[in-house]
Amino acid sequence: MRRYAADVAVLVRKDLTLELRARDTLPAMLLFVLSALVVFHFALPAHSSDLAAKGLLWVAIVFTAIVGLTRAFVAEREQRLIDGLLLAPCDRSAIWLAKSLAVLAFLGAAEVVALPAYAAFFSGIGWSTVAAVALADLGIVAVGTVLAAIAAVSRARELILPLLFLPLAIPVVVGGVGASVVVSPGRYLGFLCLYDAVFAIISWASFEYVVTE
Amino acid sequence: MSTWSRNNPLTALAVLTTALLGASVVLIFFYAPVDQDGLNQKIFYFHVPIALTSYACFGWGALKAFLHLWKRLPSADLESYVAIHQGVIFGAMTLVTGSIWAKVRWNAWWVWGDEQLVLFLVLFLFYCAYFMLRFSVDPGPQRANLSAVYALFGVVLIPVSFLAIRLANSYIHPTVFTSSGPQMATSQFATFCVAWAAMLSLAYFLYRFELAGKRLDANLRELRELIT
Amino acid sequence: MTSQEKYVAAAYLVVFLFVLAYVVIMAAKLSRLGRDVAELTALARERKARTSDQAPKQVKVG
Repeated sequence: MRRYAADVAVLVRKDLTLELRARDTLPAMLLFVLSALVVFHFALPAHSSDLAAKGLLWVAIVFTAIVGLTRAFVAEREQRLIDGLLLAPCDRSAIWLAKSLAVLAFLGAAEVVALPAYAAFFSGIGWSTVAAVALADLGIVAVGTVLAAIAAVSRARELILPLLFLPLAIPVVVGGVGASVVVSPGRYLGFLCLYDAVFAIISWASFEYVVTE
Repeated sequence: MSTWSRNNPLTALAVLTTALLGASVVLIFFYAPVDQDGLNQKIFYFHVPIALTSYACFGWGALKAFLHLWKRLPSADLESYVAIHQGVIFGAMTLVTGSIWAKVRWNAWWVWGDEQLVLFLVLFLFYCAYFMLRFSVDPGPQRANLSAVYALFGVVLIPVSFLAIRLANSYIHPTVFTSSGPQMATSQFATFCVAWAAMLSLAYFLYRFELAGKRLDANLRELRELIT
Repeated sequence: MTSQEKYVAAAYLVVFLFVLAYVVIMAAKLSRLGRDVAELTALARERKARTSDQAPKQVKVG
């Protein structure tokens, strides 16, 4: 168990260090989410409700996550690092967990900028929205990491990840928007927890089959 | 009779399917009473069995996918693919018949309030992506693995999505429409069961038919390689 | 026909057309497979003719 945690920690540190040096994914995600929010301002006609804007916040989050996930396995694929990772005597699911945590870090960092920007551009956000974003992030990165690994193998690469991801993101959007707009968000937050638990388990169990022959 | 049907499974299935479909159409139009909803309720007898058959196909595909990953059965990947193909075909039929039914009942080609229909739309998108994935990876064990994992994600998505759509209806649309009417009379239920059996038989027949075609294709390709 | 009857007929027709389309596609595939089999049979015949030509001639001994 401690070995597992140590493996995950090493891999997470590797991904974060690579990002700190290359500085390509996180700035792109930040710029994307801010640009998207500005586009949404122009996409909402006058007298649109705050509720519509809340919905669009979740669209921005999902698509920013896609931007981050598209970059997730690029290094592993292009420089054949995945072979090195697979030769290492660590559990395959540790690779999944580490990559998920790294993407979670990037997504979280993007949201730290996006949520205040949203509050400034549109309307304020309550605790339920922040809680929903946090819970949704867990589900998004759990599922997204497996799908990013699948997409990395295919010829279509960046094209196929949104196609694979969006149907699976629909429940996340429902949970998130629901928690953001209704008066008592308990049901929606509970649903997000259920989504996270179910898909984390299946992602953790199936990642091994995605990366091996 | 049983030896003949064992030796000619496809023909036997085709006969069974024709018989069941014929019987169900006769029952639907001549036996089942006209519902208070009107004649349009007759669509229900095909629409719901097609939807249930589609779920069954996706479930069967996921089962075969699981068997591929766990037991490494050699034919499981192809069977999973064909089952999901049938599921998408029946899913498309569900969406079209459901849309026609919505037009009759509520005068709109699409109603977001019909939870079953929205669920099918989400699943249809998901499994179309399955085919995009399969066509963008070269054939081989890796493609089989990726397809199997995605098929398992799909079957998990079905209940989660259904819950999500149900939850969404409380902040999107306050009223909920139901696909099937109120409690069915016995004669209606019997007709429904026959129609359901007919659809399952049709799906299974098409599944075996397509599998036979694909296996024949593979054998021919191998034969070609052996000869040239 | 009333409009309700038209819609019911349309729904059943759609199912029929889907299955028919499937049959058409399978028929096309079957004819392609038939062509392939014919081509392979011709190749096999050719091959047999070639190898029987190259078979060593029977020579009387003794």
